[in-house]
Amino acid sequence: MSQIVLKVDNLNMHYETSEGNVTAVKDVSFSINKGESFGLVGESGCGKTSVAMSLLQLQADNAKISSGSIVLDGQDLVGLSENELRKVRWDGISIVFQGAMNAWNPVVKVGEQIREAIREHYPNNSKLENTDKIASLFEMVGLEKSTMDRFPHELSGGMKQRAVIALALSCDPKVVIADEPTTALDVVIQDQILKEIKKVQELLGLSLIYISHDIAVIAEMTDNMAVMYAGRIVEKGPTNKIFSSPKHAYTRLLLESTPSVVGEKKKLRSLDGEPPSLIDYVEGCTFSPRCPDPTEECKNSSIPMGLIEVEPGHFADQCCVNCK
Amino acid sequence: MSKNLIEVTNLEKYFEISSGMFGRNKATVKAVDGISFSIPFGESLGLVGQSGCGKTTTARALSLLDPKTGGDVNFYNQETESMQSIDELDDVELKKFRRNIQMIFQDPYESLNPRWTIKDIILEPLNIHNIGELKDREEAVVEILKTVGLTPPENYLPRYPHELSGGQRQRVSIARTLIMKPKFVICDEPTSMLDVSIRISIMDLMLNLAKDLEVSYLYITHDLAVARYMCNRIAVMFNGKIVEIAETEELLKNPIHPYTKRLISSIPVPDPTYDRVVYDLDYDELDSIIAKDTENIGMIDIGNEHFVATHDVKGLL
Repeated sequence: MSQIVLKVDNLNMHYETSEGNVTAVKDVSFSINKGESFGLVGESGCGKTSVAMSLLQLQADNAKISSGSIVLDGQDLVGLSENELRKVRWDGISIVFQGAMNAWNPVVKVGEQIREAIREHYPNNSKLENTDKIASLFEMVGLEKSTMDRFPHELSGGMKQRAVIALALSCDPKVVIADEPTTALDVVIQDQILKEIKKVQELLGLSLIYISHDIAVIAEMTDNMAVMYAGRIVEKGPTNKIFSSPKHAYTRLLLESTPSVVGEKKKLRSLDGEPPSLIDYVEGCTFSPRCPDPTEECKNSSIPMGLIEVEPGHFADQCCVNCK
Repeated sequence: MSKNLIEVTNLEKYFEISSGMFGRNKATVKAVDGISFSIPFGESLGLVGQSGCGKTTTARALSLLDPKTGGDVNFYNQETESMQSIDELDDVELKKFRRNIQMIFQDPYESLNPRWTIKDIILEPLNIHNIGELKDREEAVVEILKTVGLTPPENYLPRYPHELSGGQRQRVSIARTLIMKPKFVICDEPTSMLDVSIRISIMDLMLNLAKDLEVSYLYITHDLAVARYMCNRIAVMFNGKIVEIAETEELLKNPIHPYTKRLISSIPVPDPTYDRVVYDLDYDELDSIIAKDTENIGMIDIGNEHFVATHDVKGLL
């Protein structure tokens, strides 16, 4: 059995707002092995980024983790002090942000911004050592060494994104979270960045959490995946299994609504309606209002929810599994 | 073959840029460099390519937002039942022409005036063109909201854009566009800002409206998978030029130009067992081939209405 690097257990997180509590993450559990890439997919507002922020303990001030644990290499991150967290962030777990185009300070050279992070975590390194390190990071992500002396505005979108990946790798993290790293890029650049992330991940044996709304990217990038809907994981398991035999109605709809350039042209299905409001959590199946064929049972709010194992390693919500 | 709605020949849009002291160093950016295509009635053409290849510049030149610097654009005139060049239009005709040609923008968050209600937004084009009495206009607004699936309309009329979701806003943009009953709609990545789940319903809505109202689209996108779903034909653009144009399925099954191959092979496939091999292409090399070959700028038909730029077709066929 391979080594588990990160284990999230029954994580519950809500935002306290003036209109009530917004349950953004509900009973989320998953674990990631060393060198594994794990995909998190779902539409906007389903809680993907809230999970990522909880992992880094970077959630907004009004966010409260009510229960659950996040164990990174034997250490529970929930409840650590700010000083202890500083050591874990970037060193243990780092993130490639969604708006990487705007992640840079415009008046500081790109290389200096990476040096700042390294200096914080390895105070004993000499300046030359750090320069060599940055140069080798840039080489790894396909940038020229001289890029470190350039300002962010001198770089194209794709180059900035590559530099952000170098920044995320700068303190040798065990886990890297990539939160929609290619959404703002066009297809050709997206393809190059995906290749780069995959290459680096294999080279360094990193554990990767890849967050995206694009199921095609998840298919190419990940070994295992989880589908999120309204704050819950509704299906998780090996990516191959989920694509070949999806068990949850939402997963099936996601797969059927993605156009492809390969194979016969097929009629795509649309997912009507909107995700439910997460204010004051509703009991029962949250997907039933949008489900294409819900039974009377599904609409009943007392129906038990929660993942059950449908085949080894492949879990789906019992409501949808029992439906058929 | 059916009648053409629009014929574009050697469309050019050059920008003068100046740099240096007092702007003494002049240069020309050829954003759109001699492209030609035609769109028959009720058909839609996809214009695909990477960022910065001139897709949006083409759209703006065709919709007369930015005047073109060269080439001919001919549009079918329903009154005279013949093709008419847009250069020959006088002011009155031009205003009429503008009714027939509308544009849907990429960003539904920024293309709607935040201080206007949905009713004001959709009513504005009717007021500008002075169509009908006020009562008729208001009825038309209610009718069009039903058409784009914002029902019941009374719930939407007094609301402001910030109260709507991204998908609903894009429906409002479509309603504003279609209320003029245009024959030709230019869509600049209308679904790229939307979530996967609503993307398909917006695309289906546009396809159904095209059928019902006989609208032709010029559909601009960088995603060939989306273009495949929406368009009858696809034109591939590279650095201001069209390098290949063909019927959609023909283009995807039988791409000839190396850039088309590159573009198709860059799209992620929603199947984890599929082994995608990216077609390797050196852009600088392709660029220099095109730049050197100034004489040979036409397109050749290789059969099935499949046109490929002639510059480096030799050796590849």
